[in-house]
Amino acid sequence: MTSLGDAPIVLTEGTHPFLERFDPKFLAAASANAREMRFETDEYVFREGERAQRFFLILEGKVGLEIEAADRPRLTVQTIGPGEVMGWAWLVHPYHWPVAARALKPTRAIALDTFVLHRYFKLHPDVGYRFVLRLMPVIAKRLDDTRVQLADIHA
Amino acid sequence: MREFAAELATGTGDPGPYAPFPHRVISRTKETADTTTLVLAPIGGGKGARFSPGQFNMLYAFGVGEAAISMSGDPSEEGTLVHTVRAVGNVSTALSRLKPGDVVGVRGPYGKGWPVDQMRGKDVVVMAGGLGLAPLRPVIYELYSHREDYGRVEIIYGSRSPTELLYYDEIQSWRTRTDTRFQVTVDSADRNWYGDVGVVTQRVPDARFDPARTIALMCGPEIMMKLSAQALEARGIAPSDIWLSMERNMKCAIAQCGHCQFGPYFICRDGPVLPYARIRRFLAVREV
Ligand SMILES: Cc1cc2nc3c(=O)[nH]c(=O)nc-3n(C[C@H](O)[C@H](O)[C@H](O)COP(=O)(O)OP(=O)(O)OC[C@H]3O[C@@H](n4cnc5c(N)ncnc54)[C@H](O)[C@@H]3O)c2cc1C
Ligand code: FES
Repeated sequence: MTSLGDAPIVLTEGTHPFLERFDPKFLAAASANAREMRFETDEYVFREGERAQRFFLILEGKVGLEIEAADRPRLTVQTIGPGEVMGWAWLVHPYHWPVAARALKPTRAIALDTFVLHRYFKLHPDVGYRFVLRLMPVIAKRLDDTRVQLADIHA
Repeated sequence: MREFAAELATGTGDPGPYAPFPHRVISRTKETADTTTLVLAPIGGGKGARFSPGQFNMLYAFGVGEAAISMSGDPSEEGTLVHTVRAVGNVSTALSRLKPGDVVGVRGPYGKGWPVDQMRGKDVVVMAGGLGLAPLRPVIYELYSHREDYGRVEIIYGSRSPTELLYYDEIQSWRTRTDTRFQVTVDSADRNWYGDVGVVTQRVPDARFDPARTIALMCGPEIMMKLSAQALEARGIAPSDIWLSMERNMKCAIAQCGHCQFGPYFICRDGPVLPYARIRRFLAVREV
């Protein structure tokens, strides 16, 4: 079962590589409603179509991103591991997860409340800008990897 | 053709450089839907020719033709040859259909293999894509059987899907070794796969090696080798320390016909294993 950590989390630069060099004021604000979550193998972190309200920083374990179609079995198209981040659908209209995420081994992650992030970025666009600049290389890398995957390089 | 096969089987006739030596299939293992591993033994016994990891044989399916097929067995084992064949055309399909007891012609071993002497004392990164694991398996046996001669060893193997993984049971046992990291990744998988999904190049950033004293070996589709070599170079490995096993159409395998030409090289004589520094500019050319 998913268990939310009891104690509120205080995010620091050392919590996860993605948070390195962020302003402590932002980290303090983002700590509001942040939770450490644990997922057992096969447990879903989120499901396709659900509203995207969390941004995940993976600490341990492995998560598989799955796509589903009525005419074929569920397909894992990517795995995400420790030190990586997961989920930017909360920044993209209509803010629903386009894929499902399933833990492939016991997994520990920090989940940030994206409502808190949105609110902070509206008040502090410079931090929002820096956050997006930090996220862009992750998105670009995933796009690159997907392109390579499409090239059928393991044939 | 049948007479020729009989001549071969009885050892009569004049053996020239193109004459294959008859071998009998002693076992056959289906690896995947289209890929089969054959174990061959010379008819009449004997130890058979020694080979270096990375070399290949020309296998002759009687009545059909010849194809270059890499050595994929343990180089320290004498008396048998192991070849893994993917059925893609006439010859490879005929070879894949051979059953125990059938006879096949073998000539070789040919070509220059992996730079085993240069690898000693260094970290080694092995990257394989799909069937590319077959020519790398002999060098993996060498690494495991003389593990103390090498530094850190990272093996990264990518396949389209879990059902296309070669040597499945052997890989499971290799992955339990604590002195080597053997990573497996697939392009996509069903729910029963709990391993990594993604491409081999994604595994390079966190591979553990000292770029100044690392030799990298790779075999797979050219696009995979090109992107993997670029990823390793970005981590600081010199192009002269990255070695690729190249494939080109072969006919004679003894540097006579020119079929296997790749830029200024004959793959059968100068390769199939060549350093990236020497061939990188030809990898960008559509057909050389
Ligand atoms: C050094 C070396 C090592 C090798 N090691 C191995 C090995 O270990 N295992 C292995 O299975 N293979 C290996 N190969 C590859 C193998 O030699 C070739 O695939 C060989 O051509 C197979 O012969 P074939 O008659 O079965 O197929 P071919 O008829 O030669 O066809 C080979 C490929 O070309 C395509 N093709 C054929 N005809 C056409 C056409 N008219 N138009 C478009 N495409 C076409 C086929 O679909 C197939 O993909 C190696 C090659 C080299 C050079
Ligand atoms: S195959 Fe004839 S020259 Fe190489």
